[in-house]
Amino acid sequence: MLIDTSATGLITVEEGTRILPPNLIITTIDKLVNWGRLSSIWPTTFGLACCAIEMMAVGASHYDFDRFGIIFRGSPRQSDCIIVAGTVTKKMAPVIRRVYDQVPEPRYVVAMGSCACTGGIFKTYSTVQGCDTFLPVDVYVPGCPPRPETLLEGMMKLQEKIRKERARWSPWR
Amino acid sequence: MAVRLIKMVPIHKGLEPTEIAEKIKETFPDDVVEITNFRDQVSVIVKKDRILKICRYLHDEPALCFDHLQDLCGVDYHGKKEPRFEVVYNLYSIRYRHKIRVRAQVTADDPSIKTVTSIWAGADWHERECFDMFGIVFKEHPDLRRILLPEDWEGHPLRKDYPLKGPELEKDWPGFVEVLNRSKELEEFVWKG
Repeated sequence: MLIDTSATGLITVEEGTRILPPNLIITTIDKLVNWGRLSSIWPTTFGLACCAIEMMAVGASHYDFDRFGIIFRGSPRQSDCIIVAGTVTKKMAPVIRRVYDQVPEPRYVVAMGSCACTGGIFKTYSTVQGCDTFLPVDVYVPGCPPRPETLLEGMMKLQEKIRKERARWSPWR
Repeated sequence: MAVRLIKMVPIHKGLEPTEIAEKIKETFPDDVVEITNFRDQVSVIVKKDRILKICRYLHDEPALCFDHLQDLCGVDYHGKKEPRFEVVYNLYSIRYRHKIRVRAQVTADDPSIKTVTSIWAGADWHERECFDMFGIVFKEHPDLRRILLPEDWEGHPLRKDYPLKGPELEKDWPGFVEVLNRSKELEEFVWKG
């Protein structure tokens, strides 16, 4: 049965989304898919140094990642995102890359802390000068270590980024 | 339940660090090079040849009883002092609660010293770290491999003539260079939006 949209009251709630009361919503696939993705970012548990403690604090009940739909997963194959939390050593770099390569598309990288962003205070023989040398980083979260609020802000920035994506769901992207 | 009162009295009285140093000097007069005292921390600088015997004596002598090796590390005095290296043994007696620091001189030409793992089994990983960072070979060590750096790493980073920022990219650790090349290869698959 076709709905005669001209006759009924289609309400525009925002650009590109219209509602036909009581329970019909018309929108684009982009919006729907992005909304689904940004509301359930599952990061891989990947703590490397002190930033991991702060990341755990965000995951715990006080700051509560879960209210954003962010749930830590124990396997990269079940994840959408990898939070590189801490100092990246050269010895660890192949491991991070390997974990990242196992994350299925679409995938995102958050560099958490000064060390993961730039190498931080460790301009030494053993430290990678920023994990963006071998990973495509989406969000940089500065701080040493960042406050839990900062990481939350970073994840919200990532959500905004996902919200703006176009046609990432399509097979011919 | 009856409460038992335990009298907390120190049963064993330890020796002063200077006394311990003197004792070492008496027993091994030919091996002790120098005794230094910095803020009541006494170091006995010894030659490396009979280090195993000295350590065995410190461990077994009933009045000393150094049953705990707190730490073992290396020092590089490159350009400051000869001989270049020192291996530092921080010893502690759990029984007497006294401590002493023994420093063995190691030359740059022959950076090797006998292992003390037969006395303190805990020296195993400390010596491996010392080998990793300074390249000091511990003879008769049961398993002398690098402990922190990758096995195919070149050089010993805590040596003073090692560049602080590490080698140039071409001479960097092959495992890391491989990761960089791999990420470059896979860059075309990254979603650009």
